[in-house]
Amino acid sequence: MNDPVWVVVLKAVLIFVILVLYTLFNIWFERRVVARMQHRVGPNVNGPFGLLQSLADGVKLALKEDLVVKAADKLVYVLAPILATIPAFLAWAVIPFGPEVRIPFTDTYTALQLTDLPVGVLYVLAVTSIGVYGIVLAGWSSGSTYALLGGLRSSAQVISYEVAMGLSFVTVFLYAGSMSTSEIVAAQEDLWYFLPLVPSFLIYVVAMVGETNRAPFDLPEAEGELVGGFHTEYSSLKFALFFLAEYVNMVTVSAIATTLFLGGWRAPFGLAQVWEGANDGYWPVLWFLGKTLGFIFLFIWLRGTLPRLRYDQFMTFGWKVLIPAALAWTVAVIVLRKAQQEGQLDRTALLVAAGVAAVVLLATLLLPGRRGDEPAESEPADEPDFDAYAGGYPVPPPQAPHVPTRPWTQTAIAHHARDKEDSDA
Amino acid sequence: MGEYAPILVLGAIAAGFAIFSVAIAPLTGPRRYNRAKLDRYESGIQPTPVPEGGGRIPVKYFFTAMMFIVFDIEIVFLYPFAVAFDALSWFAVLAVLLFLVNITVAYAYEWRRGGMAWD
Repeated sequence: MNDPVWVVVLKAVLIFVILVLYTLFNIWFERRVVARMQHRVGPNVNGPFGLLQSLADGVKLALKEDLVVKAADKLVYVLAPILATIPAFLAWAVIPFGPEVRIPFTDTYTALQLTDLPVGVLYVLAVTSIGVYGIVLAGWSSGSTYALLGGLRSSAQVISYEVAMGLSFVTVFLYAGSMSTSEIVAAQEDLWYFLPLVPSFLIYVVAMVGETNRAPFDLPEAEGELVGGFHTEYSSLKFALFFLAEYVNMVTVSAIATTLFLGGWRAPFGLAQVWEGANDGYWPVLWFLGKTLGFIFLFIWLRGTLPRLRYDQFMTFGWKVLIPAALAWTVAVIVLRKAQQEGQLDRTALLVAAGVAAVVLLATLLLPGRRGDEPAESEPADEPDFDAYAGGYPVPPPQAPHVPTRPWTQTAIAHHARDKEDSDA
Repeated sequence: MGEYAPILVLGAIAAGFAIFSVAIAPLTGPRRYNRAKLDRYESGIQPTPVPEGGGRIPVKYFFTAMMFIVFDIEIVFLYPFAVAFDALSWFAVLAVLLFLVNITVAYAYEWRRGGMAWD
């Protein structure tokens, strides 16, 4: 692929504009969807359906005071948001939006992809890892305890889940015989890889949520314990850049998932059979962005549904569940595929074995486990005499010796008193 | 243009945007001095003093980083193997499996010794 300079510049500018617009859209989309999930309306005032809300927020951020805290390491503090933003965009250089098309009003043909590296996916992994530096340095240079903790957590989190993510790619490369994004899409003409490689796909989806610091894995910015995490001390457009980088990263991992497991820009199942031109011209861009938006919705859905994990649970899950599972699955695919290629394994036998394994797995998951048989914790039958002061917590006003409380408040206070006794003992 | 030059073009656009944003922020925003604003923010309480040199960082982060390097190298070795898989024989597959077993032994050892335990 050797494009003239003006085509390269045009494509680079288009990718940049699409990503910025997609981010503005995603922020609005997230707020609207989460609002619906919480029986609210969400932003609906600025522009049609509130679509201009994120743009208004961006302008507002630009008009805020740009603080540089006293304890900050000035140079690194200013560099960090830049270092977080650039790699987020760079990853899109190898993402294929579509097949070769003719640029309107010219006779130039070009692929809808900035550049096609033979090591495309490896390049994406490398570039997205650089984005972690922005987060770590932001936390470190702020000179603040919470920001430092947020930055450390973030780096540990990203490198932990990157291992599982990298392992899930191995099986894709094995099937496609290439690391180039466009060739992986080409190899999925008949079968999208998420079907034969379900475990890889699931591992990737979990890892990508951890990788982007999104709920339920948003521990680096756990507002209940760390204020804002690594960007606590940032304001104005520097804060906006971190926000932009986070949302672009979210779209990046969604695009990788689409490219590697969901057939990239190919039209949804069956559509290409019904409609000849579904995979030609500029239509694939629509399929690609649609699939990506599906993953974005998944991100938002997770955020609207799941509570945040504790940090030790999160690391345990990454190192003791995801990575062994990914390793075992990779070894299984390597052995089975080689056996199949060497003719030592029949395809039907393999499918039957996979079916049996799936049924056994489902059965163990669905059968009532021993843990569920434990009787539910029953309320203590006789509550002790209600002490309005509850050992001094919460302290009611002294004028009200008898506080009329609702039953559930009473239970809560009693529980607290019991906990206090336990901790005293 | 070649294979890698377009990446520089996209990088230049992104860098231009980021640097412009950081540079323009002090000009568009107001500037009102307040001592508390320039202090560390810890939910409004008196900020904890940061020890000299940044203080000490839990060793668990170091463990995590070391494990990441081991596994990342393992993965980087697996990628070319996966790409060339169709051309390889059982011998190469067994060699890679042996390599995986070696790393898994160390991984299991660290698991048993509590290297992955976060309190």
